[in-house]
Amino acid sequence: MLRLERRATPSSVMSVASPVVAAIGMLVTGFLLFSALGKDPVEAFYLFFVKPLSTSYGIGELLLKTTPLLLCGLGLALGFRANVWNIGAEGQLTMGAIAGGGVALWFGDSDSSLAMPLMLLAGVLGGMAWAAIPAFLRTRFNTNEILVTLMLVYIAQLTLSWLVHGPWRDPQGQNYPQSQGFGDAETMGILVNGTRVTWGIVYALVLALSAWVFSQKTYAGFRMQVAGLAPAAAAYAGFSEKRNIWIALMLCGATAGLAGICEVAGPIGRLQQEISPGYGFAAIIVAWIGRLHPIGVVFGALLMSLLYLGGESAQMGMGLPSAITGLFQGLLLFYLLAADLFITFRLKRTGVQEQPAPKAAATVENAA
Amino acid sequence: MDHAGFEHLKPRLVLTGITKRYPSVVANDGVSLSVRPGEIHAVLGENGAGKSTLMKIIYGVTKPDSGTILWNDQYETIAAPSQARRMGIGMVFQHFSLFETLTVWENIALALDEPVPTARLAAQITEVSEKYGLPIDPYRLVHSMSVGERQRVEIVRCLLQEPKLLIMDEPTSVLTPQAVLILFKTLRRLASEGCSILYISHKLDEIRALCDTATVLRGGRVSGSAVPRDETNESLARLMIGGELAECHLTPREPKEVRLDVERLSLPTPDPFGTTLKDISLQVRSGEILGIAGVSGNGQKELMTALSGERVSAKGAMIKLFGQPVGHLNPAQRRALGLTFVPEERLGRGAVPPMSLAYNALLTGARKGMVLKGLIHPAVMRTFSRTVIERFKVKCGDEQSVASSLSGGNLQKFIVGRETMLQPKMMIVAQPTWGVDVGAAQLIRQALIDLRDQGVALLVISEELDELFSISDRIAVLAEGRLSPSVKPAETSIEQIGTWMSGKFGDQAGAGAGAAAARAPLETAHA
Repeated sequence: MLRLERRATPSSVMSVASPVVAAIGMLVTGFLLFSALGKDPVEAFYLFFVKPLSTSYGIGELLLKTTPLLLCGLGLALGFRANVWNIGAEGQLTMGAIAGGGVALWFGDSDSSLAMPLMLLAGVLGGMAWAAIPAFLRTRFNTNEILVTLMLVYIAQLTLSWLVHGPWRDPQGQNYPQSQGFGDAETMGILVNGTRVTWGIVYALVLALSAWVFSQKTYAGFRMQVAGLAPAAAAYAGFSEKRNIWIALMLCGATAGLAGICEVAGPIGRLQQEISPGYGFAAIIVAWIGRLHPIGVVFGALLMSLLYLGGESAQMGMGLPSAITGLFQGLLLFYLLAADLFITFRLKRTGVQEQPAPKAAATVENAA
Repeated sequence: MDHAGFEHLKPRLVLTGITKRYPSVVANDGVSLSVRPGEIHAVLGENGAGKSTLMKIIYGVTKPDSGTILWNDQYETIAAPSQARRMGIGMVFQHFSLFETLTVWENIALALDEPVPTARLAAQITEVSEKYGLPIDPYRLVHSMSVGERQRVEIVRCLLQEPKLLIMDEPTSVLTPQAVLILFKTLRRLASEGCSILYISHKLDEIRALCDTATVLRGGRVSGSAVPRDETNESLARLMIGGELAECHLTPREPKEVRLDVERLSLPTPDPFGTTLKDISLQVRSGEILGIAGVSGNGQKELMTALSGERVSAKGAMIKLFGQPVGHLNPAQRRALGLTFVPEERLGRGAVPPMSLAYNALLTGARKGMVLKGLIHPAVMRTFSRTVIERFKVKCGDEQSVASSLSGGNLQKFIVGRETMLQPKMMIVAQPTWGVDVGAAQLIRQALIDLRDQGVALLVISEELDELFSISDRIAVLAEGRLSPSVKPAETSIEQIGTWMSGKFGDQAGAGAGAAAARAPLETAHA
């Protein structure tokens, strides 16, 4: 018989191996699933994980989708390390797109060189402003940031919907709920010809490096981590809880807002009702897969991006339903959480059959 | 004691070669011990010597890896506490497991293996509690009871099952000296009726006063057995720690200027089961140690957080540090003025469990050059922690070891060392030697005295009266959120402090020093 036993110290090997185990678990389950659906699993796997990467255009698409996932994932990871449970990166992304897109529409056909920097700035500020709401409510009224950030996602999306249905709708757009297309000066430059990759991925990678320096080398990063690992120790040392919450939410608001403006000023090129297939939510998984470590998040974002591309490819190639992407994301998170258990616990073989614990004695034993 | 005379009886419990291994430590290594009916048998040892593990094995909470248990001449495997209780083994734990919102009889009913009608149970509780001199009202709510009264509930809960063997785990750590005497009477009475008692403690005076025989554990092994009455504290300590017990000495010193000044501090508690601080006034001067005695739960935690700044008070002027009102300042701001403090909770408050000792130095040591322009300076951080480890003899791998891998005593040495090396002008220490073994406790006490001699003002909150008597220049008692007047140890006695610990000092304010005779020897309280 097997029994779970707490390890004396958390396993550092398992902490790194856990995402790998999770990826393998996801693949095996996927294999069984494809077989059960009567699809050739080898072909499905090829379509899912290899074909998207077989052309330079495909690699470009991978990096393109990596950008918002990485940006949101970085901000979330920094917050999660500090015990700030912002799950509304999607809303902050949307607000960044609205603010940056608003600036783009204001510039219109102008070819001012100020347009792009101001758009990026507005995107960042838009995301931060949206994240300031839960930060204020949490520090002032002690509201739960999980609920507030989640609810604000829907408010942001409906605001965008109202704008593109109403005041910002393109008059020449045949009543489609979308804005005018952005001019050249309001569109991000392509990084590699023949692909759709923009400068966004460069910003994201630079920010990943900065986030790594922030979390590992600065006193502010240390304070945030202490708050996450041992809140009482943070209070004892005198690290301000309010400042910690504000920093965590502002950082994520900024990166998610940047992700939003990079999407609408990049591959999309205008404001429209749907600007993200749930990047802000998938970034939660990205942050965990990346072990909340900025460099790990880069790999997490690449993997998640591949799942998006593979899902599209499998839909087109084999006629699988679009839910396949979400299914693989879910599998990945499920196996990751399961495998994470073994960072602090291990399985131990016990020779003897355990006797059922007596019910009345439970409280007494706990005290021992 | 007359109840001796059990020598001719057959042992009730015989343990042979009990061994229990945990992933990182061997808790018991071939431990053997036997107890006869009517015998009060001490299990003596430092923290981590394996006392609690051994008791949990007897009570069926933990299973040994090897070894045998012989109970009334029969081999037994005790698989669960319910089985132990059926066999006639009862245990009173060090930390109580009572529901505060329930009454005494409800708590006891919950622990019984067979349901008993309320009225009969209540009558039984009254009967048993009176018979053994432990009066309790079965209909009282537990949250309204003192710690000593709660212990009675635990004991009565065991006695209702008419145990043949009663295990007491460090029962006096939460009691006033007077309550200890009552407890001893009860235990002697039980023993005279033939009940065997296993009495776990590291307090030598108590064991010599109460116990017939003793088994001493050191590092998981039996290091000796003794008849405590024939031993001295020194000889028992040698068995327990394998060396001599050092003494601390307090050379008289004239304290200088007032560094901490608390005036009529009252603070309601936000916690429904917390203690409200009422009208507390105290002063600590440069070069003196003010000891605050009292049973935990009488406002110690609340006083600590009010002084450290973890809880800020609106009326800033009630607390003055170095002459400056600080009630509104947070801990970091108070630290910047020259205050350091050691909380009673080490893992999770005094140290971040999964972080290395080096990073735990950074937790409060940023001002010591470990941070430059917002960036962490790892070399300074490491050198600082290595010095702490060396000077305070912290047993660990190196400064990269994570805090949670250290034993409680070693972590405490690190935390006290860190706060000391920050060169404070004022230091507050809560329970400096709780759960710390005798050798380390000595080192920590000496470090506090050294600071005092360097002119630092110290406030030490502790449950250990012996400790406070040996290191304090003045002692005050915190009881039910109120603070007694302070007295010099030489001008008071354990009895007076004990009376104050039960909250009776209201009419003695200011008269403390004159009223008390010279300090009585510790033994009188335990005899």
